Amino acid sequence: MKYQTQKIALAYFVVAMALFAVQVTLGLVMGWIYVDGNFLTEILPFNIARMLHTNSLIVWLLVGFFGAAYYLIPEESEREIHSTKLAYLQLAILVVGTVGVVLTYFFNLFEGNFLLGKEGREFLEQPKWVKAGIVVAALIFLYNISMTVLKGRKTAITNIMLLGLWGIALLFLFAFYNPSNLALDKQYWWYVVHLWVEGTWELVMAGILGFLMLKLTGVDREVVEKWLYVIVATALFSGILGTGHHYYWIGTPGYWQWIGSIFSALEVVPFFGMMAFAFVMVWKGRRDHANKAALLWSLGCATLAFFGAGVWGFLHTLHGINYYTHGTQITAAHGHLAFYGAYVALNLAIITYAMPVLRGRDPYNQVLNMASFWLMSGGMLFMTFTLTFAGTVQTHLQRVNGEGFMDVQDQLWIFFVMRFGSGVAVVLGAILFIYAVMVPRREVINPGPVVQDAAE
Amino acid sequence: MPQDRTAPAVGADVQLPHDLMIWVLIVSELLVFCAGLWGFSAVRISDRAGFADAAAYLHPLRAGLGTMILVSSGALAAVGALRMQRRYLLGAALVGAGFLMVKFYEWRDLAAAQISTETHPFFTFYYLLTGFHAAHVVAGMVILAVVAARRRPAEVDAGVAFWHMVDLVWVLLFPVIYLVSA
Repeated sequence: MKYQTQKIALAYFVVAMALFAVQVTLGLVMGWIYVDGNFLTEILPFNIARMLHTNSLIVWLLVGFFGAAYYLIPEESEREIHSTKLAYLQLAILVVGTVGVVLTYFFNLFEGNFLLGKEGREFLEQPKWVKAGIVVAALIFLYNISMTVLKGRKTAITNIMLLGLWGIALLFLFAFYNPSNLALDKQYWWYVVHLWVEGTWELVMAGILGFLMLKLTGVDREVVEKWLYVIVATALFSGILGTGHHYYWIGTPGYWQWIGSIFSALEVVPFFGMMAFAFVMVWKGRRDHANKAALLWSLGCATLAFFGAGVWGFLHTLHGINYYTHGTQITAAHGHLAFYGAYVALNLAIITYAMPVLRGRDPYNQVLNMASFWLMSGGMLFMTFTLTFAGTVQTHLQRVNGEGFMDVQDQLWIFFVMRFGSGVAVVLGAILFIYAVMVPRREVINPGPVVQDAAE
Repeated sequence: MPQDRTAPAVGADVQLPHDLMIWVLIVSELLVFCAGLWGFSAVRISDRAGFADAAAYLHPLRAGLGTMILVSSGALAAVGALRMQRRYLLGAALVGAGFLMVKFYEWRDLAAAQISTETHPFFTFYYLLTGFHAAHVVAGMVILAVVAARRRPAEVDAGVAFWHMVDLVWVLLFPVIYLVSA
């Protein structure tokens, strides 16, 4: 660790991983509710479990991004973080807000209250006081990071990270605008939901991936920067008007079907670019970095993001197809692999890279960590395939044959059973990952002797 | 077998004329417009008669005049880039405004006939494609004015390359929308 304030990242990563554990556990509970519809109906209704599953995902990913920024900005800017106190205050606000959200959802506290009650908008259901807290935390963060960057060295990575993080904070302001017209509500709602994950978050992804490639492969900064600029340009070019793929059936004019189809089809380009970038950097790189697990997560992130966000997104983004598949399990398949590949794996990559440095020890526990990669990723891929088949069957039965929703759900039962199994693998992988970065102090397998040109 | 990873890959040293980013933009724009024209042609196959009826509301001759104006503007921009002279670049932008005038009269006539984006799929594509293109003409005029004011060779080259892309897109739109459908 070159800079003392990088230590801030440790607290953020620990909170992120704790929420990660909560998120996948709730996922498993919901996976069982799909199998046995009456499971926990009184204590934990499905809609509450789903809110907690999706909200904890978003919050832990964001906390991970903040931690990543606190870790990499000092190294990039070549100076300490502006204020350590503010950074911990920001984390405290986020934790209080998260606890508040969980209690409010679970016990439905202050129902209907303007400030304290939940708002009932999917993904943006947080009570207003929590939203305000998020804005305050974001402002503290942006102030802290921007001051650090402004006083230090400016690199393409810091520029892209700042652009992405400022964008995330500014776009969140649309969460406060809640028009009574449902079509308008949805239109602005996507300004947060879509322009985060298919816009600003991609910039953060490019920034973090660029940093990891720089450190792990030792490729020249100039080369990395050129790739990053192309990736960012194509991400914004396709992603902004790509919002149109959410405007097909919400009451907006018909031309959105073509704007959405054309631009969102191009959203596969930046994800392909990121995958090509990661592999080309590893190919060109001459550095043999000791942290092989971090490299595995980085390459896995770029590859699974391309398939989850790129290919599985393209699968149902054209409006002629989406007319049939909209809101079926196809969407769930895409959502799971896209979030896992692009943002979960990204966070786990930077955590895998940073934790040994933050805790002042060699990456001892790589074998366990890499095993967790294959277990988690294998589970997630199996879940994606299962849900894709379920969605295909559902599309045909429900949208082509016109059968009732619940009748079709009954016929999908076998897929939900298999999905639950894959969910078990993901949860075991997550536990193994957390254990691997937090607990062991030595490698579990002794490495063999190093042999030059082993093939000869 | 040990590999020599120090040798540069074939083609690694090929230099693009102009900045890489302007080519990324140009290729992206061409992909979008070509996808739009592809969608237009695909929907047209399902309704040839409807597209022909709709296209009858357009005036190919007037659009042809617009084409000539825009291509002349492209020629001015090319001369401006070669000679690095401000008046040619600004002239190109000004002639571009002439193209927009032609577009304005066309849209005004269609609006007077109560034709909107929802009237017929033909007009959904028509307004989308010509509207997107016109927005690029406006952007190109601003870019030409800026690079003319600063007169830095790399910027002028990139700006003029963008302007040629706007020309090229129109030369693709014109036959498909105005001539083939009718």
